[in-house]
Parts: sequence; C-alpha cells; structure tokens
Amino acid sequence: MKFAVLVFPGSNCDIDCYKAVEDSLGEPVDYVWHTATDLSAYDCILVPGGFSYGDYLRCGAISRFAPVMAEVAKAAEQGKFVLGICNGFQILTEAGLLPGALRRNMSMKFRCHDTVLKVVNNTTPFTIDYAKDEEIVIPIAHGEGNYYCDEETLASLHANNQIVFQYSDNPNGSVADIAGICNTAGNVVGMMPHPERAVSSLLGSEDGKRMFTSILKTWRDRYDAASIR
Amino acid sequence: MTQQVSAKEPTAEQIAEQKIYSQFGVSDSEYELITSFMGRLPNYTEIGVFSVMWSEHCAYKNSKPLLGRFPTSGPRVLMGPGEGAGIVDIGDNQAVVFKIESHNHPSAVEPYQGAATGVGGIIRDIFSMGARPVALLNSLRFGKLESDRVKYLFEHVVSGIAGYGNCIGIPTVGGEIMFDDSYDGNPLVNAMCVGLIDHDKIQRGVAKGVGNPVFYVGPPTGRDGIHGATFASVELSEESEAKRTAVQVGDPFMEKLVMESCLELIDSGIVLGIQDMGAAGLTCSSAEMASKAGNGLELYLDQVPQREEGMTPYEMMLSESQERMLFVVEPKDEAQAQEIFDRWGVICRKVGKVTDDGRLKLFHHGEVVGDMPVKALVDECPIYRKPSAVPAYYEANACVDTLRYEEVKDLGGALRKVLASPTVASKAWVYNQYDYMVRTSTAVRPGSDAAVVTIHGTRKGLAMTTDCNGRYVYLDPEVGGRIAVSEAARNIVCSGAKPLAITDNLNFGSPEKPEIFWQMERAVDGMAEACRVLDTPVIGGNVSLYNENATGAIYPTPVVGMVGLVEDTDHITTQGFKQEGDAILLLGTTFAELGGSEFQYAVHGVTEGRPPALDLAAEQKLLDAVLAAIRGGLVTSAHDLSEGGLAGALAESCISGKIGANVELASTGLRADVALFSESQSRILLTAKSGQAEELKAAIAASGVPVAIIGTVGGDRLRVTLDGGSVAVLDEAVSELTTVWEDAIPCLMK
Repeated sequence: MKFAVLVFPGSNCDIDCYKAVEDSLGEPVDYVWHTATDLSAYDCILVPGGFSYGDYLRCGAISRFAPVMAEVAKAAEQGKFVLGICNGFQILTEAGLLPGALRRNMSMKFRCHDTVLKVVNNTTPFTIDYAKDEEIVIPIAHGEGNYYCDEETLASLHANNQIVFQYSDNPNGSVADIAGICNTAGNVVGMMPHPERAVSSLLGSEDGKRMFTSILKTWRDRYDAASIR
Repeated sequence: MTQQVSAKEPTAEQIAEQKIYSQFGVSDSEYELITSFMGRLPNYTEIGVFSVMWSEHCAYKNSKPLLGRFPTSGPRVLMGPGEGAGIVDIGDNQAVVFKIESHNHPSAVEPYQGAATGVGGIIRDIFSMGARPVALLNSLRFGKLESDRVKYLFEHVVSGIAGYGNCIGIPTVGGEIMFDDSYDGNPLVNAMCVGLIDHDKIQRGVAKGVGNPVFYVGPPTGRDGIHGATFASVELSEESEAKRTAVQVGDPFMEKLVMESCLELIDSGIVLGIQDMGAAGLTCSSAEMASKAGNGLELYLDQVPQREEGMTPYEMMLSESQERMLFVVEPKDEAQAQEIFDRWGVICRKVGKVTDDGRLKLFHHGEVVGDMPVKALVDECPIYRKPSAVPAYYEANACVDTLRYEEVKDLGGALRKVLASPTVASKAWVYNQYDYMVRTSTAVRPGSDAAVVTIHGTRKGLAMTTDCNGRYVYLDPEVGGRIAVSEAARNIVCSGAKPLAITDNLNFGSPEKPEIFWQMERAVDGMAEACRVLDTPVIGGNVSLYNENATGAIYPTPVVGMVGLVEDTDHITTQGFKQEGDAILLLGTTFAELGGSEFQYAVHGVTEGRPPALDLAAEQKLLDAVLAAIRGGLVTSAHDLSEGGLAGALAESCISGKIGANVELASTGLRADVALFSESQSRILLTAKSGQAEELKAAIAASGVPVAIIGTVGGDRLRVTLDGGSVAVLDEAVSELTTVWEDAIPCLMK
C-alpha cells in the first residue's frame, strides 16, 4: 500500500505523518508537492497539519486552490482514502470535500494538550481497529478547531453516521463536540486532533497508531477481495 | 568619491557640527575615532552603519572584558562563541546547536511582535549554522501580575511566542517565568533555540572567495526595525513608545519557507558562507561575513528587494526587516541556488560581490554612497572597562537576619500562598498556547524539571532548560550566578541527562552605573566558576543591557540555557511521584536560608538578606550521584528543590503524580517554617521502589552526598511531620493544592 503526504508551503506536520506511516506500518510513503498533478500511484492521501500559506485569509482557503487539490478530489471520488489532520481538515472543508467549517476556538487562544475522544463511528477505513464508543487519548494543537455546521448539515451528519470522533471535554466550542467527521462514502475523514502524534508511549499515547493500522487493514481486505475476484 | 546626498539627510559636515551622531548613541570620542578610521567625515549612511556596528548589541563594548572570563572550550565543543550559535558534539557524527537571545526592549513597547521576532531571530541563528531547529524554549520576566499593563505584556508576549513558533512548526518545549516588581515596565523576553546537525554540515558566516557573488534571500526590505540594535542599547523612557517603529514585524510563514529553502541549499553542499540578517540587518551580516574571511564586500543596493518606493541607502542598510539571509556561492553554482529558492517561492537576488580590498562599499544609483574599512566596523569599536562599585543595598543586606520574621504557624496556608504565587504556580495557561508536540519528539513536555526531545532513529535524547533566579543574583550576584548554572544542571540531571554546555543571556541594567557594572562582574564570575566546576562551557549567548526605566533597574538576570544528553531514552525521568509505596529520599542538607526565597516574597512581602550558599564541589557530587542512580535504574522520579523549598517540591511532585505523600522529617534543628521553605541549594528529591530504597540510599551515601529516606508516596494528602512529632505540621489534600496551583494564573488573567 502506498501513502502520499501532501506538502503545501507552510505544512509542518508533514514529517510527523511521514514518520508515523513509516514507523507504525513500514509501508512506502512519499512527500508529494502541492503542485503535483498526478496522485494515481497512491492508495492513501494524508493532508497534514501546519499553517499552509501562513493561514492567511482563512485557514485552508488558499491551499484549496493548489493544483494537487483537484487530484485529491479525484482520488476521493475514486474511493481512495483521504485523511486530513488539523490544517488538513480545514483544507478539506474549504475544498468542499467535507461539510462544515472550522472557526476560531471559543477561548480565542491556540490550545495544545491531550484530549479524550470517543470513537463514534468505527466503520470507516480509518477506525475499524477501534471499538465503538471506545475512549482514546489524542492530542490537539490548534487555534481554529471550532467545528461549525448548520442544523440541517448536523442532522445529515447524524443520519449518515458521519461523526467519527467526539471530544469528551470539548476544548474549542465545536458543534456537537465534533472532533472528526467523514464524507457520506466514509473514505474521506477530517479531524482536528493529531493521531500521528500519538504513535508511541514515549510521546504519551499510542492510541493514534490504530488509525494507521485500520487504513492498512481495510486496504488489504479490499485488495485481497479484489485479487480473489 | 561622489557623495549622493538625499534631500532630507544631513550632510557630513552637519553631522559633525550639530553632533547628529549623538542621536545614534555615538559618543564624541567614538565619532572622532570613526573619522580617523575613515580619513574623512562620514556621511549619513556611514555614520548610521558605524553606530549600529558599534552599539552594545553588536560590539559588546561594555561586556566584552567580562565575557572573556567564561570558559568556552572543552573536548565536546565543536564551535564556541562568535558564530550564529555554539555547537557541541553528541556522538555518532551528530551535534547539538543552541543559543539564547533577548528581545527585551522591543517586547516592552510592542509585546506581540517583539516576542515573535525574538523567536524568529533565534531560529535563524540556528539554521544559518546548517542545523535543523528541533526545539524552542524561553525565559520570561514580568512585573507583579496585578496591573493591567503587566497583564497586557504577559498575554501578548505569550501570544507572540506562540504565534511564531506554532506556525513555523518548531515545538516550544520549555522555559521559565518569574514575576517580580523589579521587572515592572521592563519585561525580559529571552528566546532559545536548539537544533541538530551532522558534523560535516556545519556552516560559517564567511564571505569566501574574491569575486564570488553575494545573495540576498527572503522578503523585501522595508522601513521597519531601523536602528533596532541602537534602540536596544539605551534605557527605556517615555520616548520609547514613540520608537515603536524600531520594532520589526514578523512573518513566521515566510521564515518557514526561508528555513526550508536554506536548509536545502546547505544540504546541496554549494554554500561557502551563510549568515542571517539579525540585529543591524544587512549592515551587520555583510560586515561580519567579510571580516571573518578577511575580505571586503561590495553591495549593489539597487538590487536589494525593496518593499517600499524610494528607500535610501541609510534605510536599507539599517532596516531590520525579518526573515532575511545572506549567502555566498561560487558563480558556477548560482543557477542551482536560484532553482531551490524559486521552487520554494522565496526571493533570492544577487546583491553583491566579495572583494579583496577589506572595505564595505555601497553602490546606489550608480554611485558609491558608502565606503568603510570592514576591520574598523567589526573589530575597532572601543572596549570600555566601566568603573564598578559595591551597591549600598548589598552592604546593608549583610546584617539582615532572615529569621527575624515571626514564625509562620499556618504552614498549609503558607504553602498555598507559595503555590499560588505566579512564579511557582502552574504555567499551563502559558504552555498550552504553545505547540510543544509538533515534530513528534517531545518525550518530556513543559512542566517538569527539564524538557526532553528524542532524536529520531537513535535511543538518545536532549534535555533542555532555562534558569535564573534574579532575586538571588540581586542579593549576591556571585552566588546567584553560581546558583543559576547549578540549578540548570540539577534540572538537566533530574531528567536523566548529562549536562553538556550552556548559552547565557546576560540581562542587566545600565553598565554606566558602577553598582550595575559590579553586579555584572560578580555574576559573570559566579557563573564562570560554576561552568568550570560543572564542566559546562559557555558556547554562546547574548548581552542585554540598559534594562531600566525611571523607576530603576531590573534585578540582574543572567539567564542560563543548558542542554544535556540523555544517553538512552530509558533514563528519562520526570518529577511526578509515580507509585503508591515508593520511598521518598531527600538528598542534600537544609540550612536556615530564607534570603531571596519565594516564601520570603510571597508570605513576608520582601526580598532581603543573603541568598542561599552554594558549594560547587558538593553540587558536582550530588549531580554525579543522581545521574549514576538514574542510569542504574534505581530512580522512579526526581525533582530539584528550588523556589518554594522542600514544601514546594513535595507539593509539585504530588500534583504532577496525582498522588499524596507521607513525610516524616527527623531532627532538622530548624523552625518548622524554615525547614519547609528554606531554599538551600544542592538538594534533590528522589523516589525509588520500596524494595530498592535502601540500595539507592547506600549508593548516594557512598558518593558522599547527605541522604535520608523521609517518607512514602501514597494516599491523596501531602502530610509532613517534624522531629518525630505525631502532629502533622502540614496536612493538605493534593486535590486542593492542585486547584490552588492550577487556578492561580488563569484567575489573574480573567
């Protein structure tokens, strides 16, 4: 299975995502520049955190116009796995690949600390290694992680089981304690917490590792099923 | 030569007659000296260039004689003071690069940008050496956290540090903050950066090879920060507010791009010399690079990217616009360098040439607008040996008996006061605004004795801390200097690392005052002695003087930034008590030493007497014994005793470990309040599994360090009895202490 970690000017969790894939899975992973126009070689695309384009204008608002984003949309349509973390989540909402928007934290301050998340949906390709309603420790580090969507969207998120993670102690004012969501097909996930920062006990938590193992397991299941056919 | 004179700029003659140079901080005798080096009257641009190169900030003209007293070499030191940052070998062809720098004056008038650009500047110092920055720390001082102005400065300095570090993606993993009236109106903002490098990648800021092109990298030059270095070399006054334009504006996104592209350039192996444009911008970087190579430099100012129309040579040379670098390559490598910067979307332009005439020559609109001898700019600034005098307060403090206050009986109340004192209280309000986890290497987060960052692909780690108790230094600069270094070393060792070296930031008042210069001399002597005994040479640093305003000088605050090597991540140790039943050991001896203590300040409202004594030989023994015990796997937690004494340390270990402790102190011979809150030095709390406590005790005792098993971890209360008494002198619920400690700063900031 092959992973791409996108690099926008100002991405700064790209190295962490790369290391997490390499250290947790040992699968091949490449950095892919924001100007790339072909993602066909990759099975999973990680949109990392950071401050792409300095968060100028609005987080993710400029990145969505990067050439690579058209390819990300294509990959999502093809059912490939796309995971946006922190700034990556903001980019995916700006690009319209996920509903809603991320606003400034209610405290108006950047917040960095561990959070306890509830795994609401353990049927996505990213969460099958978790138990439903399991509580996991994953850190956050953001100034604009306050998820917002209107009532109607929220109702459809509930109806389609699109809420993937919820905070047990809401750190930023997000609607319905939402920490992460997926698209209706389930192959695109965006989340503010950083699973790539929770992949070894030395870092304080290993709970994020299972997101990466989930992806690999899902892909192998699909690949095996496909090759049998 | 032709002198191009802008309409609004005074002529060379006017500068001389009207003594305009004095506005730039150049004295009459310095002006005469400059004139003799020039062989003529300097024009406006030239006197501007000289004034920044000869400022305290760039020339260390008042502090150089003192800096020479520091030990700066050692078997591990690969690069000492003089370059962007010092470098220390950590084995396996790897080295650690680190430096601390102040941005005190800018932060006093424009706290967000002042602090942010302080962070940006120190990061450039690290990556200009070719190193990948891996961690940031800071050391901050503010007045009492009561007035609106202090709260404003505190809030915005923290935001500025967060804004820059978070965006560029370098974790802010540690630091320290003290609050005291002496810093009212004169906050201290010292930022430290730590980087990693392979030995063969080390760069120097030299303009090598006559005829080679000189390149400018980074955003265009604007009119911001003009005369920042000069501004930093005078006292703050009411007019300082009007000098807000001397404060630069930071763009961490741009610095991220400049950093990545410069590291890629360095990695390509084509760079001959590279240096950041920090204080005094284009002036200092070009003059220093030429000087280090023994060469000259020509700068074609029309080629300098400019943010604004009609900038004069004076403005371009003195601008401190941020995120800019200067580098030299051979002509054949120009295209390769250009390609790297184009790909990163960073401006890179040829602005000059290395020459062999030893002169810094400036061209603008086809004319020579400045022509100065490089040697005079860099090496010939006069060095002053200021007179020194023992301050009256120091003499008076000799007879202060710090036991004269009535004995405090409510020790629980006193502990709560100490824990609620912003200096001791939890700094989570601060560090939760910093991204301290990015780069996924932070093994010990802010809030323990020292932060630890692991080195990917190895079992090694780097422990790092900043320390200085200005009250001790004020009460006795020599002892205070010794304590600053020793406390840093204790913090490093308590984290499981061996201290390697230090970088220092000497923050003092005006050296023109003999009493202040005396403080500087004595503090440097104390630090130097400690560095020699503890084998932690000074590999670089910064001097910030004139930290005073109408109400007086700050406490002398020579901040120590120390880095240590964790040989194996298994050795990493934190301060929190770990497990019910663990034995608690106290190492060192407690004396009746309340001078300069947090207890004295928080409970009695004074800072007086003499600070705690410190015996460096005893300190060294303690550090060796504790590190050996940690490496031997006998230690479950370690915490040094500092502000708040034994009671403070016990409380912090309980709070961090979310568990109580039962402590029985045998005959101390001291008053209860003194036994608990004395800040005697060279003391450390360790815990060990109950079955290993005697072994640990014997090992420590065998190395000649006083040690006693004083209690057991467990329960949910911190309980202390004294001298075999059955009634506890301290009996507090850990949850309540936690609340007091955690809520103090958030409550004050609401």
